[in-house]
Order: sequence, then C-alpha cells, then structure tokens
Amino acid sequence: MATAIDPTVGGLPLPGGGAPARGGVVARVRGLRPVVLLAFVFVALLLIAAIAPSLLTKGDPLQVNLGHSLQAPSLEFPFGTDQSGRSVYTRVIYGARESILIGLGATAVGLGIAALLGVAAGIGGKWVDNGINRLLEVLFSFPILLFALFLVAIFGSGVSTQILAVGIASSPGYARMIRAQVLQVKGADYVIASRALGHPPSRTLFKNILPNAFRPLVVLATLGVGQSIVWASALSFLGLGVAPPAPEWGAMLDAGKDYIQTAWWLELFPGAAIVATTLAASCIGRYLQRRIEGETY
Amino acid sequence: MATTPSITHGGALEAPPRRRVPWRTVVNKLLGAILVLWAAATLCFVMQELSPGNKAIAILGGSGARPTQHQIEVTEEKYGLNDPILQRYGSFIGDLATGDLGTSYQYKQPVTSLIKEQVGPTLVLVFVSTILAWLISVPVTLWTAGKGRARSSLGSGFEAFFAGVPPYWLGLVLLVVFSFELGWFPVTGGTSLDALFLPSLTLALPLAGFLGQVTRDEFERGLKQPFAISARTRGASEGEVRRKHVLRHALLPGITLTGWAIGATISGAVLVEVIYSRPGLGNVLVQAVSNQDLPVVVGITMLVALIYVLVNLMVDLLYVLVDPRLRTQKAVA
Repeated sequence: MATAIDPTVGGLPLPGGGAPARGGVVARVRGLRPVVLLAFVFVALLLIAAIAPSLLTKGDPLQVNLGHSLQAPSLEFPFGTDQSGRSVYTRVIYGARESILIGLGATAVGLGIAALLGVAAGIGGKWVDNGINRLLEVLFSFPILLFALFLVAIFGSGVSTQILAVGIASSPGYARMIRAQVLQVKGADYVIASRALGHPPSRTLFKNILPNAFRPLVVLATLGVGQSIVWASALSFLGLGVAPPAPEWGAMLDAGKDYIQTAWWLELFPGAAIVATTLAASCIGRYLQRRIEGETY
Repeated sequence: MATTPSITHGGALEAPPRRRVPWRTVVNKLLGAILVLWAAATLCFVMQELSPGNKAIAILGGSGARPTQHQIEVTEEKYGLNDPILQRYGSFIGDLATGDLGTSYQYKQPVTSLIKEQVGPTLVLVFVSTILAWLISVPVTLWTAGKGRARSSLGSGFEAFFAGVPPYWLGLVLLVVFSFELGWFPVTGGTSLDALFLPSLTLALPLAGFLGQVTRDEFERGLKQPFAISARTRGASEGEVRRKHVLRHALLPGITLTGWAIGATISGAVLVEVIYSRPGLGNVLVQAVSNQDLPVVVGITMLVALIYVLVNLMVDLLYVLVDPRLRTQKAVA
C-alpha cells in the first residue's frame, strides 16, 4: 500500500513505522534533542510509577503515622509528609497510576466522540457537515472546565464522571481538527485515484482516507493526555473528582490547601508532577509532530 | 496609499473597496451570534433533562433531608417540574430571553440577582488578567523573537512552561512565595487593588504563554516578509522594523486568540477565585455544582457562553473594520 502514503500529509512515518531507518535505536536516541530525551525518560519513569510503584518507593501511600505529621522534606521523606504523616513522595508516585488512567480515559473518550463527529462531518456531505460544524461552534462557547463542571453537576461527582466530563468537554476541539484532516485527505490525489479505479466507497474510506486522516491523531492524543490530566486534576482540586484520601495529584492539592501556610511541600510536589507530565506530553507531542511533518531534528 | 491597487492578495489587480461599514456582514454575524446562543440554551436544557437525579429532592435539600412525598409533590407543582417537556422548554427559553434564569435550588433566590451580586469581581479579574497577559507577552516577544538561538529558546521556554502550567498550581505557588514567605500581598482577600495582583498574575501568565507562542511564530515569519525587508531597505532601524511593522502584523492573530481564550480565562478565574477565596462567580459555581443546584450552574454557563459569543463577535467585527480584505471575501470564519 505504498500508494496510500501521501507525502504532503504523512511525510516521514512515525518511529517504528518502517521509516528510512538511519541506524538503529541507539543512533535515533542520540539524535534526539536533550529536552525531548528528558521528556521520554520522564514518561518512562511515570509508566514505571503507574505500573509498578513499589519499584520506586517502599512506603505505603495510605499508611497513617501521626508521629511524623507535617514534616518538611528530608532524607527520609524527600517530599515531606502530610497532616497524617504519610510520605508525600510515596503518594505522588502512587498517584501516577490514578492520574494517568484518568488522563488516558478522558483523552480516549474525547477522541472517540471527536472521531465520530469529525469523520461524519468530513465524509457525510454538505448537510451533515454543516450541522456538525454548527454544533461544534455552539460547544466552543462552553469552556472546557465549565462544561465539565456542568456535567458533574448533572451526573454527580466521582471518578467516572470526571473521566466522561473532561473527555466530552474536550471533544469539540479534537473534532474540529479531525474534520479538517479528513477533508484534506479526501481531496488528496491517492483518494481521487482510488475512486477513479472504481474501488467501492467503503474501501476508499477504510484503506485510504481514515488511515491517513488519523495519523496526526498520535500528536493530538499525546498533547491531549497532558491537558486531560490538568483538567481532571482541576476537578479533583475543586473537590469534585477523586476523593482526598486516595493518592491522586489533584486531590492531594485539594487536601493540602488547608495547610498551605506552613507546609508548602504539600502543594509543590503533587503540582510539580502535574506540570512535569504536561510539559513532557507537549514536548513529545511536538517532537512527533515534527517527525510527521517531515522535519528532522 | 488608498489609490494604490492592491496586488498582494488574490493575485489580480483589484481596486481597494471603499471604507464604509459593511452592514450585511454585521447583521449576518449578529444573527449568527443569536443563533449560537439559542442553540447553547437548548443544549443546556437538553442536558438538564438528562439529569438522573430527582430535581424536587435536590430543591428540598438533597436525599439527606428526607423530604416527605407530600413535600415533593408540592415542590414539583411549584417549580412546574411535571409540565410537559415542550412547555418547560418554551418557558425556559422565554425566561432566558428576558434575563430570568430561574430560582436557585439551594439559596431559593433568583439566579439572576445572585449572579449580579457576584459577577463584578470576576469580570474585573478576567479583564485585568487579559491586559496583564498582553503586557507580559508583547515585551517577551520583542526581546526574544528572532534574536539568536539563546534568547529565542529562553523566550519560547518561558512561553511553553507557562502555557502548560495549570493555573491552580501556579496560584498556589505564587500564594506561598509572595504572600506567606515574602508577605508582599494579602493572603486572601476582598476586592482591594493589592488583593487583585496575585490572582490576575496567576491567570495572566498562562495566557501570556499561550499568546506568546502564537505571536512569536507570527513575528518570526513577519521578520522575513516583504514588508519587513522593504522597511529595512528604506533605512528603518531593526528596532523600528520590529516595533512598527512586524509587531503589528504579529498581534492580529493574538487578538483572535484572546477572544477564543476568553472562555479558558473565565474557567481559570473560577479556580483562582477558589484558591484566593476571592468573591466572585467561582465559589458560587463550585458550591452549586457540588449541591447539584442546576439553575445556578446553567445560569453561569449561559452567562459565560454569552460573554464568549459577545467578545468573539466584537473581535470579528473589529477585524472586518480593520482589515478591508475581509469585506470583499464572504464571511471569513
């Protein structure tokens, strides 16, 4: 299917996508800019924290120890302890799983809805396109956080609402991009060629249009996970998501708010985890974008 | 200048359109804005209908309050909850059009007056933050864009960092550093001027990062544009080219983006008001969401949608007035 790859849309395939490989993995890692490398290392650590947190910390995130309450960062507790004497470091590590799962879930929900709307608008003809476009325009007048809050008000707070709310609220932005992408791919030469060859529309759609239209979604998804984590944590921070004793970054910020005057570490470290995750996601997202657009950095 | 035919756009020679108000475009855009608001209201109504909770119980103080069957029936009658759906939709839209947003479930007072009491500080905060964001992002762009690798990456690093920082965390950090450690600003506060600084800085920095990223791209592209080169050949100093020609070119997309970002700025204001215990819509909204006080939530959502639509309408119209190219083309989105 070499003909299905349009250089103006696809450019260089993604890593591992059968690119004209210059050297192996080592050469490729060496070619990365330091910032991008750092982002990949951070994400690797994050994944370890999410899958096997006990590799990075020996403590228990829920272990209460009132003898150690509200201690400043030290060798024993690198990020200090909270009001119940729990190690903030351990809690941040254990929080990775919940925060990342919520972020991934919300992005999946958002992209799923967006893909349906975007593809329908892109291939459904003038009326469908117009209708969906208007709907998106209307949805854009609801900012993400307020839309998510609205959904929480309707369905009640909780983790599943949090995922759905952030996902639904962020879908209009994705949908608009997917629609533009489908329209662009639809006009590409290889699609016209496929039609001219007399292939059935479904074959053109699934073999030519969708694979090429969805390729940039990798970038969108990477950037989206970072943003979803930010908004989902915002809900937890407002006390409308994950409930405080659970080690989730936003919930930790919320719980630490009451002690902010004396215990700055309760706010600094969980927040820094959110910030680092978003920055890493956007860094990797932009790296992927450059690769897709064919610039070599 | 006005007599010179423009050849830069469209390729062919075309006479510049006369400078007059394009009423057709204005009316179309106004109608479009009203349609969007009507659709937004309809969407709010539909979402409210999807709410699984019993509204009468929510009005009576939630399931914890254990209302009797009689109380529920009286409440349903009073709030018209059992009316046919079309009738409720009609009165919802009709009330909305006259500025009546219904009665709050928890405060039992009209939502409109509740919002009126609280909207002032929020609008001040959003307005001041937007100005502050521009005051931060323009100098950063001027000092760093297209000025060599080191300065450029410093500038874009600054922008990427602040564009990615969640406002609630930035607010907490600024609060710890400037209020608790340094004691420069009041910790929490009313609506006084020095209590406004940290909250608006919290909102302005991420917005400045976001605006700066776009302005920088546009600025660096502008430095290579024919108009910049021709200004240089006319003997303008580099600083003059940057400030007078390229900056103007680079600011235009930023204005549109400010319009788009107004919603995100208001969202941020909600968080910031909660962090700094500032009076405003933020705390009211969060309270309403956790108590499932739907009329208040819908009211604030509709108000924000209204602000968003109005601001973007103004930006659009400003464009049409400023940029003659848009008058001849058919409504550029």
